[in-house]
Amino acid sequence: MGHKKVSSSRRSFFKTAAALAGATVASAALLPFNGIVYAAGTGKKDKPWYGIGIDLEKCIGCGRCANACKSENDVPHEPFYFRNWVEQYTVKNDGSVKVESPNGGIDGFKQAVPDADVFKSFFVPKMCNHCSNSPCVQVCPVGATFVSPEGVVLVDNNYCIGCRYCIQACPYGCRYIHPEHQVADKCTLCYHRITKGMSPACMEVCPTQARIYGDLHDKEGPLVNFIKTHTCQVLKPDMNTSSKLFYNALSMEVR
Amino acid sequence: MIEHFQHLYEMQSKVEGFIYPNELDLQWGVLIVLYPYITGLVAGAFILASLERVFNVKVLKPTYHIALLTALAFLLVATLPLVSHLAQPFRAYEIMITPHSTSAMAIFGFVYLWYLMVVLLLEIWFEYRQDMVKWGNEKKGFMKVIYKILTVGVTDTSPKTNLWDDKIGYFITVVGIPSAFLLHGYVGFIFGSVKANPWWSTVLMPVIFLFSAMVSGIALVLFIYMVVTKLRKKKLDMDCLDAIGKYLFYILIMDFTLEALDQVHRIYVAEESFEILQLMMAGKLYITLIVIQLIIGTMIPLLTLGFFQFYKPAEKFRKFAYFALSIMVLVGIFFMRWNVVIGGQLFSKSFYGFTAFKIGLIGGEGYLMAALWFVIPFCILAVLLWLLPPWKKHDAGAEVSA
Repeated sequence: MGHKKVSSSRRSFFKTAAALAGATVASAALLPFNGIVYAAGTGKKDKPWYGIGIDLEKCIGCGRCANACKSENDVPHEPFYFRNWVEQYTVKNDGSVKVESPNGGIDGFKQAVPDADVFKSFFVPKMCNHCSNSPCVQVCPVGATFVSPEGVVLVDNNYCIGCRYCIQACPYGCRYIHPEHQVADKCTLCYHRITKGMSPACMEVCPTQARIYGDLHDKEGPLVNFIKTHTCQVLKPDMNTSSKLFYNALSMEVR
Repeated sequence: MIEHFQHLYEMQSKVEGFIYPNELDLQWGVLIVLYPYITGLVAGAFILASLERVFNVKVLKPTYHIALLTALAFLLVATLPLVSHLAQPFRAYEIMITPHSTSAMAIFGFVYLWYLMVVLLLEIWFEYRQDMVKWGNEKKGFMKVIYKILTVGVTDTSPKTNLWDDKIGYFITVVGIPSAFLLHGYVGFIFGSVKANPWWSTVLMPVIFLFSAMVSGIALVLFIYMVVTKLRKKKLDMDCLDAIGKYLFYILIMDFTLEALDQVHRIYVAEESFEILQLMMAGKLYITLIVIQLIIGTMIPLLTLGFFQFYKPAEKFRKFAYFALSIMVLVGIFFMRWNVVIGGQLFSKSFYGFTAFKIGLIGGEGYLMAALWFVIPFCILAVLLWLLPPWKKHDAGAEVSA
């Protein structure tokens, strides 16, 4: 009798195992492998999911973007508060790198390195990357920093306690404490403009159209087209922030 | 605001290399250095107390109640530097009523309250209840009322009830040990989890914080025990001092090993940030890291205490050494926190340069404010020792006058 019992439980074990294996194979066939994920996240399908493209080959370092941003968004004029700034990279023949951003590039740039020593030089406009996995949103202890349904990272001025943890957490240096409002401040992608169908101030004034923004859901749209037709890279990809600021022709020296 | 701008213009001239423009305004100053320092002292003092209570190290008895009261005095102040540092201090309560679940910082208030209300206050209450009843009956006038209030009306001092006090007190200490680990390990996690900052972002950070907390807490209790006994004109218990010295030695070894491991790992893997961090350690942090934290705060105490484990010089010399070492360790751990908090903000996240840090004498972030937050716990401790004197407890051992 004992022998019978063992064999019947063994039979049921095989039955269960076969059923489980079958179900696994069937479900694998029904749900195709989804290994290709969007690095930039996807957001809700019924809303746009905004990202930004910057073509470094077009940027001439005029600094109008940084200036327009300050005027449009009540950013203090002192040279240590920027939502948007331009950096000048100069790689010298000896391999060393010189980076400058005097007054965020608003007053223009002068090349201090003699021409004979310059290997290459280029401009890199910086702004909030509006990351999908943004560390600043993650660390805010009260949830004052949040992602809008359109994928724009915003700060609720009436709610921020000014602990500065978000400033420490941002790998790109895009945040500061607004000296007047005493809350964390950052680029809003001119949320007040884009929600009314206008483009952000920095893009409005760019004389070479080096900057674009657009809906990553819109596969025929200008931003997706930009990413498709250019070799784009994000800043500090190892941070895994799912940045939505895509640079064309980003050089390896840029951090 | 104008003063702040002037300060920043001055700092602008001290920038070396390139920093992101927003990085000039250093966000966390000396008050945030004090925060992990004070919390660490609390956790360390409590763990020393639990050695006596849970692990039955009877030789530490003279420091047991002092350690508990020290932990309480410092814990009462622990949040104040944090709150006074906020840009919007009057919104601080938001962190308690609408905590953001993904934030490492959000549960600090709860961890803090758990430790204060459930662990420390309860333990001290059970520890002192019987004595408070006694003192309430002996004293007159205002003090009588104070002790009556402190007993919350539980005045039963039958042997059975006292036994229960003891049992519950023991249980709370057992819960208190992991709580102390949680309190300070968590503070380390707040820094260790900032992946954008390579100086902070290490999985060892909570463990390093924990062991350095124990080191500083033990040193603080050693210091306070010696000062209080001297002020009371009583004789120091040498066996107790030697035992504290022994534990301080063991924990220092572990703390040093962990920090050395962190540095060896950094040097060996030499990631992208390696060069800038190396420059910082050899330059801007040289005095506070190499001279104060490593040599004065760690190596000298470690070697002296290690020597004492093999050979015990005359009592007088040992007393002096313990006193001096406790101060050196306390200073060393303060600068360990300094090196973490300030050091982590001195280099640019672009790894292309350094910003500068200058602390003023006055103002919300100045030396005076920091000194105030550090002196207040000692004042609170003085009041606590006067209100709840460990040497007048029913179970206090006999002491010899000096």
